[in-house]
Amino acid sequence: MHLFGVLFQLAWRNLWRNHRRTIIMLGAIGVGVWAMIFMTALTRGMVDQMVTDSIGILPGHVQIHNPDYLDDPSISNRISYTDTELRQKFESAGFESWASRVRVPAIVTSERDSRGVTLLGVDPVAEKDISFFDYAEVEGRFLSDSGDKGIVIGGKLADKLETGLGKRIVIMSQDPDNDIADRGFRIVGLYSANTSAVEEAYAYIGKSTAQAMLGIGDTSTEVVFLGTEYRNVEPVYEAVAERVDERVSVQRWYEIDTYLGTMLGVMDGFVLVWVIVIFLALSFGLVNTLVMAVFERVREIGLMLALGMKPGSILGQIIIESMLLLTLGLATGNLLAWATIMPLRDGIDISIVGEGMEMWGASSMLYPKLYLGDMVLASVVVLLLGFLASLSPAWRASRYEPVEAITKA
Amino acid sequence: MTAVRCVDLCKTYCQGDQDIKALDHVSIEIAESGFVCLSAPSGGGKTTLLNAIGGLDIPDSGEVYVAGQRIDNLSKGALAELRLRQIGFVFQAYNLIPVLTARENVEFVMQVQGVAAADRHEKSTAILKEVGLEGLEDRRPAEMSGGQQQRVAVARAIASKPSLVLADEPTANLDSKTSDELMELFTHLNEHHKTTFVIATHDRRVMKYARRLIRMLDGRIVDDIDQRAA
Repeated sequence: MHLFGVLFQLAWRNLWRNHRRTIIMLGAIGVGVWAMIFMTALTRGMVDQMVTDSIGILPGHVQIHNPDYLDDPSISNRISYTDTELRQKFESAGFESWASRVRVPAIVTSERDSRGVTLLGVDPVAEKDISFFDYAEVEGRFLSDSGDKGIVIGGKLADKLETGLGKRIVIMSQDPDNDIADRGFRIVGLYSANTSAVEEAYAYIGKSTAQAMLGIGDTSTEVVFLGTEYRNVEPVYEAVAERVDERVSVQRWYEIDTYLGTMLGVMDGFVLVWVIVIFLALSFGLVNTLVMAVFERVREIGLMLALGMKPGSILGQIIIESMLLLTLGLATGNLLAWATIMPLRDGIDISIVGEGMEMWGASSMLYPKLYLGDMVLASVVVLLLGFLASLSPAWRASRYEPVEAITKA
Repeated sequence: MTAVRCVDLCKTYCQGDQDIKALDHVSIEIAESGFVCLSAPSGGGKTTLLNAIGGLDIPDSGEVYVAGQRIDNLSKGALAELRLRQIGFVFQAYNLIPVLTARENVEFVMQVQGVAAADRHEKSTAILKEVGLEGLEDRRPAEMSGGQQQRVAVARAIASKPSLVLADEPTANLDSKTSDELMELFTHLNEHHKTTFVIATHDRRVMKYARRLIRMLDGRIVDDIDQRAA
């Protein structure tokens, strides 16, 4: 411990010996770390929003289906449990929220145009916490109950169909016997979504109304469950799995939307690669600073060796100096990142590139997400790689022959 | 009791195409509490001999003993330990660690040795007073004169009470008055602490302080004078 004390003292004082160089290097590390964390926060924000929005629109965190439904999402492949059985299984299971739906492909026709949509028969009360839009923000109104006879469509779909609030449209789908099941609905509400693609894709009707139209009694095509955190859905998955039998299959959200699941994994990898790439750029400066610091102190290092300091202690001193520099740089960078991300918590308007972002399923507002884990990751990577980068100059310093070092011109 | 014994030391350096014999079959014995000057013109071998005695340089052949222990066959780590515990060094220049104060420089060796802080403080205060630097404890080397810096170096060399102090041209960068003051300090410390001093120099003023003067030329001992008898 006494030796660490003297090494730390020497390292700290040597760090400020050439304070201009140290400040420049600290600035470089600080900006580098800021870039790591800031860009990661933007990426995380974008991905989080894409995943959260997508989960809200479709999968929730966990779903159950008829085992054949994912390959053939027709009404024939519906869940065999009745609504009563579903309530018995899941009502008191303690999920954040859950809802059963009737979800089938359908054609919607106005007096001017027709489109293919996904028809969702929902119980508005159960669906409220899962829905990706706020019922109160629906133009007109949302469905009042499961037996509501109206329909709610996206604003963009209404534009495409050249229809509007209060007008009638016809929904056409197939019943279990592959006969046409159709019905006219009055548009009672227009919802908004982050992307126009979503607004065009989904039409909401009451679940009981859908069951009656399709002639499927009180059965559903999917049940969706929401937990607290999309990155940790295992508790929900296990709770659902233990309450059902082989007549249904249970899937996690990333098994249903494999694109999103893969993208999340890729983004996690990207963050690590990004952090390492930035560090590699920084490492040139770091190694150069250490090499210069060692080169300037050859005689002094020789003197310390001559006085009886062991080579390992010289190595330790240079590494401590490097770690101090990196730690200060990390503190600066983390602080800078926090100070610049916090004011942007309410979102960055990127509508100028909104269309491009929509292609990726992201909205035109970007909400940076600063995770402690990302700050820790950046710090650990910088310290670990910084340690490795400083080994070479430190090793070189510790290998000096005292006599040669003292007499170095 | 013998403080230093060198037996048939040889050391050759390559300089370009030439082999320079820095030590050519040198054998000496220095008694405990001795005050010895090694005198030689530049390139005469005095610094090489001093470095061999201090374990900073390994001779090509021959044996070196310090306090009865053979040191020419020790590992680097063991030599560092020997220098830390038994030998004090005073060099010609670049003697102090510039980022440390006078007190911290004096305490440096003791700190590496693991001496407790209170003990270090007490010893450094006493030794800095003894070398006439009372009141300058918190100054850094850049804030002191050359003479004061050498005094700090001497204080550091003797603070941990080594049995042997090796000084290589300690007065080379000092004026005559400061040189005399430093040599008087060496004499005082030699007499009061019974520390063995081996000083490499070509300064005649320094030589007159030594009780024993060893002259070298081209790596060989050419004269060994007991100055007390003279």
